[in-house]
Amino acid sequence: MESRARPSARNWVPLALLLSIVGCSRSSGEASPDGSVTLLNVSYDPTRELYEDLNAAFAKHWEATRSQQVSIRQSHGGSGKQARSVIEGLAADVVTLALAYDVDMLHQQAQLLPVDWQSRLPHHSAPYTSTIVFVVRKGNPKGIHDWDDLVREGVAVITPNPKTSGGARWNYLAAWGQALKGEGGSEARAQAYVEKLYRNVPVLDSGARGATTTFAERGLGDVLLAWENEAFLLTREVGQAELEVVVPPVSILAEPPVALVDRNVDRKGTRAVAEAYLRYLYSDEGQEIAARHHFRPRSDTVAAKYAADFPQVKRLTLAEVAGDWARAQATHFADGGVFDRIYAPQAN
Amino acid sequence: MSRPSQHRVLPGFRLSLGYTWFYLGLVVLIPLSSLFLRTFSLSWEVFWGTVTTSRALAAYRLSFGASLAAALANAVFGLLVAWVLVRYRFPGRDVLESLVDLPFALPTAVAGLTLTTLFSAKGWYGRHLEALGIQVAYTSVGVAVALTFIGLPFVVRTVQPVLEGIDADVEEAAATLGATPWQTFRRVLFPAIFPALLSGFTLAFARALGEYGSVVFISGNMPLRTEIVPLLIVTRLEQYDYAGATAIATVMLAASFSLLLAVNLLHRWSHRRLEARPGA
Repeated sequence: MESRARPSARNWVPLALLLSIVGCSRSSGEASPDGSVTLLNVSYDPTRELYEDLNAAFAKHWEATRSQQVSIRQSHGGSGKQARSVIEGLAADVVTLALAYDVDMLHQQAQLLPVDWQSRLPHHSAPYTSTIVFVVRKGNPKGIHDWDDLVREGVAVITPNPKTSGGARWNYLAAWGQALKGEGGSEARAQAYVEKLYRNVPVLDSGARGATTTFAERGLGDVLLAWENEAFLLTREVGQAELEVVVPPVSILAEPPVALVDRNVDRKGTRAVAEAYLRYLYSDEGQEIAARHHFRPRSDTVAAKYAADFPQVKRLTLAEVAGDWARAQATHFADGGVFDRIYAPQAN
Repeated sequence: MSRPSQHRVLPGFRLSLGYTWFYLGLVVLIPLSSLFLRTFSLSWEVFWGTVTTSRALAAYRLSFGASLAAALANAVFGLLVAWVLVRYRFPGRDVLESLVDLPFALPTAVAGLTLTTLFSAKGWYGRHLEALGIQVAYTSVGVAVALTFIGLPFVVRTVQPVLEGIDADVEEAAATLGATPWQTFRRVLFPAIFPALLSGFTLAFARALGEYGSVVFISGNMPLRTEIVPLLIVTRLEQYDYAGATAIATVMLAASFSLLLAVNLLHRWSHRRLEARPGA
């Protein structure tokens, strides 16, 4: 047997390799023979649980209305890293990222979608919103209620590096905005505020999930700046016995956008279903699922139904705080911007 | 060195050399030259400005310093581990032997998270070190600790086979000729294992320079204090500054290549010295 098996195996190896190559290149085309269709949703970290539910609900909805099977694959990671993967060729049908800047880059770096992508869907292409809240230790031992409490002597604040994390950019802009728009607010006051704030930051994690681990698992810091939905997820998972959420009176209106990746859906022939998928996020069912995962819904009826889950908070818009992402990026996060100057050696 | 005109006993020189060039070109040379080409999209001033910011300089210092410290620590303790594994037979030796390879197999992010948990103020080690006023997690010491962890197998695995090749008779002979244990080590054993030790050290050092996954968790990533070079590269990528990222990567690559070249030359020199010794 041995002697017979060997030569035939040797003949089969190259053939198998060849077939697998052909197989790979074929399977990237979408509509399979049984008429079912596969979408890839490239998203950021804290939406994992949200999209697991949304995908199942949409698949059921699509099968009921169009009698076609659709399966949606999800990919999660840091928002910027995910956008770069798509730029470099990951065949995403839709992207659902943490900030519009990352979607803008899909246009600017690779022309994967048109420049006006954000006006193609209602509400700046953000079907749900969020905000930045505080997570503190049980009993709030440092008495943290508002932004001014974060810059007190002896308070350690955990927030990731805004240069590497999309969520951290919202944290930073929330801090900047409340100082800018607060009583006697000015650019100078806002700058002084963020300088003091980041002096209280002992560790700059590279992503939001890393910062959460630093705060919850390592026990470092007195307060964590986090997405509202992450904050609730965290207190539920770690247990209300250890952490609690503090919602400041003022924060920012975070709008995580969704977008169709035109170049990919046209190549794969999935435009219709991908568009329907994004529209579904705005439907009452989609909005309810978002609300259940602590993303603030856009629909008034759904918002009213879940009003108890979302504490009152005055949310400043990106336009009020920094204009738009291009300007925010240039002023604050680019090399030599406001954020870099916080850490510049004293000589400057 | 090589004299191609000479008749060779082993066949296939041309074919295998051609293959070697092709393979190294495909796997190493072409990807790395594409890196250089991308850097050329920058003007010299921008390039120089990018790679000499105070943050970049601080990161080079930390990356090279911590990698060197980690590789040195591994050279000393890795040699010790290899010695124990080769020279002694004891219960649990097989377990110990497999433990050595674990840092290879473990995903580096897992290693980083585990080490950070251990060394943070709440952790098993951190609790006691904190009491002594020593902070490891989120300092440059923590970076060196992580790099030591991932580099350990390199030294052990390069030195081990060489030690196995030295018969215990050699040491006994030295002893009967009146050498003290220290003299035996310094004049008989050490010269024989030095090339392997140097290789292990170099591998550990090179590996540490490029390490990202485990370090970002334990370093705290504070600008000017605990940022490693790979993190700066990722930071630039995160801002879609591909050219800036490759500029820093190029500096890293050039520095690593010259270091590796220097070590290889040292390696050959020590080898020659060993061969030239009478009786060796």
